This record gives sequence, structure tokens and C-alpha cells, in this order.
Amino acid sequence: MTADIFTEIHEFLLGFMSESATHITELILIAVAYLGIFAILGLFLVWLERRVAGFFQLRLGPNRVGPAGLFQTIADALKLVSKELTGTVKADKQLYKIAPYFVITTALMSMSLIPFSQEIQAFDINIGLFFIISVSSIGVLGVFLAGWASNNKYSLLGGMRTGIQMISYELSIGMSIVTMVVLAGTLQISEIVELQKNGWFIFTGHIPAIIAFMIFMIAGTAESNRTPFDLVEAESELGAGFHTEYSGMRFAYYFLAEFVNMFIIAAIAVVLFFGGWLSPFGITDAIPFAGLFWFGLKVMLVIFIFMWFRWTFPRLRIDQLLTLEWKYLLPINMVNIVFMALMVWLGLTF
Amino acid sequence: MIVFAAMTVSNKNIMRSIIYLLFVLIGMAAIYFMIEFYFLGAVQLTVYAGGIIVLYVNSVMLVEKINNPLPSVALWRRLLAGFLSAFGIILTLFAVWSYDFAVVAENQAKEISIEDVGLTLLSYGDHGYILPFEVISVLLLAAMVGAIVIAKTNKHEQITNK
Repeated sequence: MTADIFTEIHEFLLGFMSESATHITELILIAVAYLGIFAILGLFLVWLERRVAGFFQLRLGPNRVGPAGLFQTIADALKLVSKELTGTVKADKQLYKIAPYFVITTALMSMSLIPFSQEIQAFDINIGLFFIISVSSIGVLGVFLAGWASNNKYSLLGGMRTGIQMISYELSIGMSIVTMVVLAGTLQISEIVELQKNGWFIFTGHIPAIIAFMIFMIAGTAESNRTPFDLVEAESELGAGFHTEYSGMRFAYYFLAEFVNMFIIAAIAVVLFFGGWLSPFGITDAIPFAGLFWFGLKVMLVIFIFMWFRWTFPRLRIDQLLTLEWKYLLPINMVNIVFMALMVWLGLTF
Repeated sequence: MIVFAAMTVSNKNIMRSIIYLLFVLIGMAAIYFMIEFYFLGAVQLTVYAGGIIVLYVNSVMLVEKINNPLPSVALWRRLLAGFLSAFGIILTLFAVWSYDFAVVAENQAKEISIEDVGLTLLSYGDHGYILPFEVISVLLLAAMVGAIVIAKTNKHEQITNK
């Protein structure tokens, strides 16, 4: 019963097309669906961010356009689409134009591995998590290039700052993921979730898992360039790589990609620590597509924590940021991996 | 991919060359993915596209006057390079054509699991890779220590200069 809709679409397409044409059409359909999810998700998260910010600052936030201001971000996006795409005369035009697509494509590619529910996952390969890490390591290039191609010294400095931050914190993310992989014993995302049927990893792995979760949250905040690590994003104080010269839709690409990256990191956290699409204690196992609801709920909770961070902690300076990563998080992480390996070896996990 | 490779070497702007090189490397990763060597493809993406290219971009950005086009190369050098590349291509093609490849049926090629990769890397029996693995890790450690030493002496000089 569960995969009915997908088989029905498949049968329907096979009805009037050859097999290979059906295959290609399905691929295109999936791509369009993901682009749609990407755009809607990005816009929704921007709206959520503004509402949560308003909530924390005892004000309303956007509330005029549509119910509870839901269409505010759509209006903003339309405005950005209609804006002229400006550029500097001496900028490297080609690189200036392709830089946003690095960020967008990598975000989309890692999203294809996110399991929205048991049935909805576009690309389930046996090295899932490793693939996400490797793809997202390319995303840094977009930020670097944007800073460089703008031909503006502030952009260049901003781009470098961002790049260094993202490269360093990628290590922490990768290592905290490795810690959980030691516990799971597989990199395939669907299998990782299945393994958590008898208890989410944050409970079965107890102490090392909780340490890994905390490191993952810190590094994830840095990786998606959010406060307190938003040296990239500090619109009003610091010149960032893409903030100075980009305009219109190209700017919006960066902006949306950042929010979608936050979603991806939250989704990985949910998959690794909170059992993905599984319901607590298996209460809704019988209902089809309930996984979608649980997954969405958990991801939204993690995203809310990210937003909570934003309005709670003051920003770090770049040297403090790098000290935190290289002198504290990385050593803790390495010890934690050994600790977790010992736990698994001695069978101390639940 | 070949077009991008040619553009990498022929472009006068070093930053663009790097980006074309990136496209070549991503194309290679895509080939690995198409023959379902997912692990190798992902390693290609992480190490080359994500690591080396980012390193290149970083170091190029630290160098001054990157906007200036590279000086053109003397004719005899071009001729020599062209001759050597042609020789290399002929050698490779000869090797590829003269070797008898065992054809693997499409459904026979099994998916390589990540466990197999890990166990082979650390096994010391036949077809095990423990020795190269350890040698490479020692080499990387030496490189890291060397980098730290170089960075340290510079800092010391800076302080003494002040």
C-alpha cells in the first residue's frame, strides 16, 4: 500500500511511453520535484527564521502578506527575480556567473540523499553519508569563487574568511558523523534509520553519542554560516564574499542555499541521532506516510534549536572561531571516536 | 571532459584554469559513478574536487596579481610539450589496445560494499593494503609536522623582528 502512488505514476507513464523514455521522464520528474521542494523549503525557512526572530525579540515579524505573513517571502523572492542583475565591470564575468550554481547544485545533490520518509528518498547508495560529505566539500568553492570573481577586496577577504571557516568545520562534522558510523556500522542512510528501530542512536550510544551530537550541532551551525559563527552572514557588520557585489536572483541563490544547507544539516542530525522517519516507540508504524510527518517534525525541532542559537549567543571573532575548532572540537572529537569504538567493542551500547 | 582539459592548459587566466580542472575532476568522478564505483567516485570528489581544488583556489587567492594573464610560453617549449603529450597518448592507446580486457557482464559486476573496502585496506594477507596504508599515513604525518615546523619558525622570526 505504501509505495502505491509511485508505482501508479510508473504504470501511467509506461502506458504511453517506451521503457527508456519512462526512465528519463521519471528522472526529470524527480528533479523537478526536488527543485520545487528546494524553493518552497528555502522560502518557508526564511519566513520561519523571521517569525522566530520576532518571537524572541517580543515583536511580531512579518504578518501582513497572507495568513501569518506566509507569503511575505514569496513576495520577496518575486522582487529579487524581477531585479536587475548587476555586476562590476572588471569582474571575471564567467566565474561571477557560475559561482552561485556551485552552491545551489551541491545543496541539491546532498538533498537527494535525504530520506523524507521510508518511501521518499531519491538516491540511496551504500556510501550515503560519505557522499553527502564529499559533495558538500565542493560547495565551499562557490563561496570562494564569489569572493574572488567579484573583483572587490572586501569580497575577497570575506570569501577567504568564509572558506576557511567552512573547511575547518567540515572536519568536525565529518568526524562526528564518523563517530556515529562506528556505532551504526554502515554508511547507507536507509539502513542507519532501520537500525534505530529498537532505540534512537542518541540513546543507544549514550555518552559518546551525546558528545558527538553536541559537536555536530556546533559544527553544523558553523557550516551553515549561522550565528554565533555567522562571519559570512553578518550583513550589517562584515563584508562577505557574495554580499557586496551580487544582486537579484544570484544573491537569492546564495541566500536560499544557505537555508537549505541548514535543513540538510538538521536532516542529517535527525537521521543520525533521532531515528529519521521512525516514530517514537513505533506508535504510527501502520499508517503510510506517517514517516514524512515525524521526519518533518523532528527536522523542524532541530531547525528551531539552530534559530534559538542565533538569538542567544553573541558572534565569535575569526580567531576565536578557529581556536574553538582546531584546539577544542577536533581533539575532543578524536578522543570521542576512540571512546565510541571502545564502547562498541566492549558491547557497552544498549 | 577533454574539452575542459584542453581549456585548463590553454587558458591564460589561472583562476579559470583551476575551475576547468575542477570540471575535469568532477567528470572523472561522474564516470566512476556511472560504472557504479560509488566509493571511488566519492573519494574522487572529496580528495580532488573538494580538497585539492579548494587548496589551489586558496593559494592562488593569496598570490598577488592573479588578474594578470600568464605570460605566453616560448615556441620550442610548446613544441616539446606537444611532442611529449602526443607520445604519451600513443603509448597509452597502444597499451589499451594491446591488452585483452576480460569483459564483465553488466549484471555480474557486484556492488562493492564499504566493509570490503575497509577490510582490504587493513588486511595483511594476500591483496591486503596494510603496508601502503601505513606508509602513506607516516608520510602524511611527516608532511604535517613539516608544515607546522615551517609555520612556527616564521612566527618566531616575526616576533624577533619586532
